[in-house]
Amino acid sequence: MYSSRGDRVMVVFIYVFLIVFALSTLYPFLNAIAISLNEGLDTAKGGITLWPRAFTLENYEVVFQDERLMSGFVISVLRTIVGTVSAILATAIFSYGMTKRELMGRKYYMLMCIFTMYFSGGLIPTFLLIRNLGMFNSFWVYIIPSLIGVWNMIIFRTFFQGLPQGLEESAKIDGCGNWGTLFRIVLPLSGPVIATLSLFTAVGHWNEWFVASIYISKEELLPIQTILKQILASNIVSEQTANLDAAAQAHMAQAKTVTSKSLSMATMMVATLPIVMVYPFVQKYFVKGVLVGSLKE
Amino acid sequence: MARLSVDQEMQPAMPRVPYKRRSNGFARFIRQIDLQLMVLPALALIFVFSYIPMYGVLIAFQDYKIGHSFTGSPWVGWKHFAYFFHSPDFYTVMRNTIVISLLKFCIGFPAPILLALMLNEVRKMVFKRVVQTITYLPHFMSWVILGGLVASLLATDNGSLNMLLERLGTIQEPINFLSLPKYFWTILITTNVWKEIGFGSIVYLAAIAGVDPNTYEAASIDGASRFKQIYLITLPSIMPVISIFMILAIGNLLSAGFEDILVLAVNPALRDVSDVIDTYVIRVGINNYRYSYATAVGLFKAVVSVGLLTIANYVARKSGNSLW
Repeated sequence: MYSSRGDRVMVVFIYVFLIVFALSTLYPFLNAIAISLNEGLDTAKGGITLWPRAFTLENYEVVFQDERLMSGFVISVLRTIVGTVSAILATAIFSYGMTKRELMGRKYYMLMCIFTMYFSGGLIPTFLLIRNLGMFNSFWVYIIPSLIGVWNMIIFRTFFQGLPQGLEESAKIDGCGNWGTLFRIVLPLSGPVIATLSLFTAVGHWNEWFVASIYISKEELLPIQTILKQILASNIVSEQTANLDAAAQAHMAQAKTVTSKSLSMATMMVATLPIVMVYPFVQKYFVKGVLVGSLKE
Repeated sequence: MARLSVDQEMQPAMPRVPYKRRSNGFARFIRQIDLQLMVLPALALIFVFSYIPMYGVLIAFQDYKIGHSFTGSPWVGWKHFAYFFHSPDFYTVMRNTIVISLLKFCIGFPAPILLALMLNEVRKMVFKRVVQTITYLPHFMSWVILGGLVASLLATDNGSLNMLLERLGTIQEPINFLSLPKYFWTILITTNVWKEIGFGSIVYLAAIAGVDPNTYEAASIDGASRFKQIYLITLPSIMPVISIFMILAIGNLLSAGFEDILVLAVNPALRDVSDVIDTYVIRVGINNYRYSYATAVGLFKAVVSVGLLTIANYVARKSGNSLW
């Protein structure tokens, strides 16, 4: 199959390169898992690479005892669920309306959407607007501003337009209005696109931390990513004990082997777990989603 | 659907048609109110969260006071722009923005193409799938997690990199990589490539899959080596895709993300090499409350970005691959 010597050299080089590359991509994750499962004091002696040396679950126990981290986890779950469901629903309704040719002003509405993809007011005016709307320190700042995504609207619209027209017409004849057609005919047929966009949106919500860091100062409203960012930042700067709440600190003092490093690794693993859990689905749909998106371009 | 569009097209041609039905705009609007109610709330949201901030850009020309409306503060003309251009921060911020963007572009843009070309040469499907699964993974992690992983790898107390270098004997003392300016750009770019290379390769792999297999067969009968086939068939075939993504990348040159910098450049000692326009806007605007000044800096960036996009598209149109 590989005719010349040059070809064989190239193929071997590619295989070796890809193996090394894949391993080094994976290594940081494996290393973090190993550290999170290792006794903190033991880790401090150095030498942990892929496997825990002194296995323990203490790091995770401390994480699960820290009320702040757990409340962050709950907030993250809440905002992901509420944010995804509401955004997908709102965007689907909007996109369906935009597919209708008889919609008055459709061309202008579309222009209004497209323009926002090229120009935005920037961070500070948005920040001041959110502030004037009284959305500081409110859970809704996670949900409402990102309710309608123009990009998602275009993907939805393209999908809806590809559905057979006859179905909608027969629903109309049977007395279905636009809303009825959307909910009884169109949405039930849109499984793949809904799955893809929901995954996009959910992963985005779970990973988002910046919005909370500028709009939220109440600790009980912070998502876990933002809390984690604060913990890691204080670790990098001072390499001291992460600021935990009293209960967790007491537990940590009692456990004795837990260090801030082993603790932050455990927290990171907890914050990553949902992503790893949905990853198989993500892979299946995302690849399609990316291609849908790029076809539009 | 069909009935309605016929209706619309026929109207101008038959002036006398419907007596009562000859609807003025408003009546038609009311009749399709259920449809309008599908789109108007969403448009209202877009108006509020996208267009009002655009209008809010006006505060770049004012001395904005908290609690006033976007036009309620005293106008000061180009004062904030002039201040930015003359401030000592200007040189640092612009240099870092340009250097970091160019590095990201020059390394981060071709990297996924290279990976896709390599993956395409792999004939063992299982191996290909495994490599893809692993390399896509970092894309789905937040920057906070990736920043934490990098910090842990590079840490002085038994970070893996320091352990490796010590074992190899290249260094005597552990190096605190994340506090030394000279390493920052390398770390930043490497982390970016790590996060996005796999995911970025998807589009190119799809483009490569669309190349007619007969072309390769013909080439190999004519004696072209595998390398030559990549160079002479695969690359030219996916050129349209590459150039579209290149235009997009150039348009985003100045806004190539700030989360990575916020997460990796925690140490203030790095500010000299890590401050880019976006992080500067966040620091002076949100942390130091200089809203008008920060808006001016942000507006400056937006204008340069639009300019870059226009130029990139102009060049691409000349070569036949336009975005618009």
